[in-house]
Amino acid sequence: MGFNPCVNIRKEWDIVGARQLGREHAKELGFGTVDQARIATAISELARNIYLYAGTGKVCFEIINQLDKKGLKIIAVDKGPGIRDISQVMQDGYSTSGGLGAGLPGVKRLMDHFEIRSDSGEGTEIEAIKWVR
Amino acid sequence: MESVKLDLENYRKLLKEYLLTNDETALYQAEQFSKLSVQHNISPEEIIHVHIEALKELYPELPREVSDSLNFLLEAMISYGLALQEYQFLRAKQSELESEISVAASMQKTLLSTVKPDIKGLEIGAVSVPANSMNGDYYHFVTDKEGTLGIALADVIGKGIPAALAMSMIKYSMDSFPENQRQPSMILENLNRVVERNVDPSMFITMFYGLYNPESETFSYASAGHEPGFYYHASEGMFEEIEARGLVLGATEHTTYQQFVNHIKKDDCIILLTDGVTECRVGDRFIERDEVLQVIKDYIHLPAQEAVDSVFKYFERLQDFHLRDDFTLIIIRKKV
Repeated sequence: MGFNPCVNIRKEWDIVGARQLGREHAKELGFGTVDQARIATAISELARNIYLYAGTGKVCFEIINQLDKKGLKIIAVDKGPGIRDISQVMQDGYSTSGGLGAGLPGVKRLMDHFEIRSDSGEGTEIEAIKWVR
Repeated sequence: MESVKLDLENYRKLLKEYLLTNDETALYQAEQFSKLSVQHNISPEEIIHVHIEALKELYPELPREVSDSLNFLLEAMISYGLALQEYQFLRAKQSELESEISVAASMQKTLLSTVKPDIKGLEIGAVSVPANSMNGDYYHFVTDKEGTLGIALADVIGKGIPAALAMSMIKYSMDSFPENQRQPSMILENLNRVVERNVDPSMFITMFYGLYNPESETFSYASAGHEPGFYYHASEGMFEEIEARGLVLGATEHTTYQQFVNHIKKDDCIILLTDGVTECRVGDRFIERDEVLQVIKDYIHLPAQEAVDSVFKYFERLQDFHLRDDFTLIIIRKKV
């Protein structure tokens, strides 16, 4: 691959870098402007979570090229404290009511596929895919 | 006027019409379009996208700054789109909860149902209406072979689901007491123990238990901190408070309740109620007990059931059909 697939998240500024890289991939894959904006927002949320709760981590991209469909996979990984109660953070209104933005339910809505693995003390890994329509 | 269709073609047509004519009709149709979009779960960023596309088709030479600025706007709308989806999800969830509660409420009705008994020489009227879907007031009639009538009336401080759950417990405890144990003071003492052991100390239950004996024409009763009822002297047209003091149920482990006896004369009434009646609120003001009595007096000439229904309707109207608390009123009249 001709690009560095990951962006390290250490400071708030890195969120912009992750968005930028994600948007470039999205454009290349032929996503429309609305989907580009949604992908960028999902990346923001994931990167922001890393920055706020884990301190450091990375956001990586993978282009999926299947016979019948193409898509962009975002992988957000950190070695932070992990999420103790996943069902709670996946609940609607849990983060939005605190003014923290769309939160993980938002990411799930913005994307087509969403997977989360997290263990208390072991960090968190989130994978999200958007398919080109 | 033709109906508005939810597509790019139509949006472009409306936009063009508006740009040409600056006409209110087009704006009205834009409003229809907006409503339809919300109904179909279409988020604001999608509308802006449609707008950009329509504009580009109408003006192929659109300045780059304008088209870029619209893309900027689209980006700024993303969170609103998410909020809309969340709202729709929560609304669906709410109606799910509401239907669950209504199932619980009808189950409660079945569990706590009581039949107004037919006792020779007595006329009984009872009404109990919850402020929300579940009732925290509870009344129950018990009869036996000797023709005595037991009346239980309880009120959980607080309303809604916790209150309703506590009431089911009261009812089943009473059912489990032996048949021969009918003395009001004993019943309250036993219930006090049950409540003390099983209910959170922050929850209080007040209760009145009365026992009418047709043979001796007496009414024995005891109260666990319950809103005092009234004895109506028909001959003088006067109300007398039914005095009975006692601690609310569950306050301490061992409480004794004093039992009182009244002789009941022909045409006199026993009026039992919960504080949902006496604490009716009109605006910011609680109505006075005297006002409650006046209202009851206005209807006391009616048959007992009609009387309680009329009193309830009066207070319901007074409070703009929005009860602040569960409302229960019982009138028992001695006919012979």
